[in-house]
Amino acid sequence: MTRGERQNLIKGLRFTFPWILGLLLFVLYPVLASLYYSLTNFNVFLKPVFIGLENYKNLFEDTLFWTTTSNTLFYAIIALPLSMVCALGIAILLNQPVKMRSVFRTIFFLPSLVPLVALAILWLWIFNGQYGILNFALRKILLPLGLDAPNWIGDPRFTKPALILMGLWGVGGSVVIYLAALQDVPAHLYEAAEIDGAGALVKFRHVTLPLISPVIYFNFVMGIIGTLQIFAVPYVMFQRGPANSTYFYSMYIYDNAFKYLKMGYASALAWIMFLLIFLLTLVATRISRSRIYYGGEQ
Amino acid sequence: MRARNKAQIALTYFLLISLGLVFVFPFFWMISTALKPIEKTMSITPHLLVLPLQFKNFWKCLNYENFTFTVYARNTLYLCFLSVAGIVLSSSYVAYGFSRVRWKGRDALFLMTLSTMMIPFPVLMIPLYSLFRRYGWVGSFKPLWVPCFFGGAFSIFLLTQFFKTIPHELTEAAYVDGAGDFRIYWQIILPLAKPALLVVALFQFMGTWNDFLGPLIYLPDQSTFTLAVGLQFFQSQHGGTEWNLLMAASTLVILPVMILFFLTQKSFVEGIALTGLKG
Repeated sequence: MTRGERQNLIKGLRFTFPWILGLLLFVLYPVLASLYYSLTNFNVFLKPVFIGLENYKNLFEDTLFWTTTSNTLFYAIIALPLSMVCALGIAILLNQPVKMRSVFRTIFFLPSLVPLVALAILWLWIFNGQYGILNFALRKILLPLGLDAPNWIGDPRFTKPALILMGLWGVGGSVVIYLAALQDVPAHLYEAAEIDGAGALVKFRHVTLPLISPVIYFNFVMGIIGTLQIFAVPYVMFQRGPANSTYFYSMYIYDNAFKYLKMGYASALAWIMFLLIFLLTLVATRISRSRIYYGGEQ
Repeated sequence: MRARNKAQIALTYFLLISLGLVFVFPFFWMISTALKPIEKTMSITPHLLVLPLQFKNFWKCLNYENFTFTVYARNTLYLCFLSVAGIVLSSSYVAYGFSRVRWKGRDALFLMTLSTMMIPFPVLMIPLYSLFRRYGWVGSFKPLWVPCFFGGAFSIFLLTQFFKTIPHELTEAAYVDGAGDFRIYWQIILPLAKPALLVVALFQFMGTWNDFLGPLIYLPDQSTFTLAVGLQFFQSQHGGTEWNLLMAASTLVILPVMILFFLTQKSFVEGIALTGLKG
């Protein structure tokens, strides 16, 4: 290392040391400690007692582990693609030559700013079985057909669809990201495609999609991380919900850790989630590597 | 061709306007419910708007049984102020080291910083809780703002990307004049990076204002509740009955965020778009 290199290293460390400390204290230490706790019996008041893989073995026989896992996966598998498609659809509409684009953009964006607890309470009121405005409207359509409006809050078949539906109200953040990406697609590419006789669908498939693929990938990875951790909204709206239908994985971790003080078991649960998120991100990255078009940069 | 284009535009407007109405309606319904007397909220045929508007509902829920809005608002603002200050100062300082100095190991550390964003909070939450418990910090606001002074992965990333776009010629002259790195960071980079700093500050403010799980874990006492936890507590006590007050309280929690958005709309939207494009 030359003298200049050493000086630069010292300079670099001088500026990054708060973060290096933070990384060690608030990320690296907790990750390792959580891995260790997952191998112990730990209630926070007494020292953890090492029990090997006992917690992980118990997972398999724990019906609530399976219930919360399947609830969470079901929610993620439906909600994530659906919200991505809706967000992209709205962004495409906004990308047309319309007047007052920024007004529309603001309208679609605002709901995504609503704090989650307020969001949950607002939708609890909209979904209300007796006085809810949604079922009032639905009954107008469904009753003549001989059907009744769904019981969004009390029927285990409808609680998750209710969460998915209201989740769509919050797609505005992704809409803004997609719209920015769409506006970055150079117009001459569309013109070239048109000269070659491409229709709207062909243009979308062969010009738009490849060019916005990095953003789709980004939204997908962020979406996985977010949806698998869903907590506040179901916690406020339903708690576990009828027949545990809205008992999600993060809620189960929270209950084990802070209600039953089974911190070791909760850590094992958390690590399973970590591994799942890690694997899914890895798979998404692998797939994307062959499918994503990164301009001229890489 | 012309006619088809016209039809297409008309359809686009139709879709945008009807979707827009669907997106606006919940807000309207929340405010209209907040302004109703309680009997009118419980009617099988909903009333869109009931006159006279009951503005007193807002006054009522400012200090209602089990919902001391003013206390929760003070707690939340206190936390927001400290976390925003912490994140902006520390992340910009750290981002300088990642963007304006070239040193061995920098890129590896930066990559590691990015990958920490993938770690789910439940993995960190238990060891952090037991760590802060040992310090005697549970029940105080410290676990929620002290870590902000060590930087955050997302804001460091955002600021690093931004600092990289500042031309070197601008700092070169200051070097020649004998200015140290800290002065360059403080007097040249920070003023130039104001838009990016604003974005980071906004995101942190929103994050703290919205955070539910953090305060739920660390602040068990009602006098230390934040708005998010306080609102949830209020709903668990009065849920299913006083919908007008619940909607008024929700409106009060949402309103500051909306005001902030309209004041800073441009940087806000640009910031969100930026996170996706640079990601």
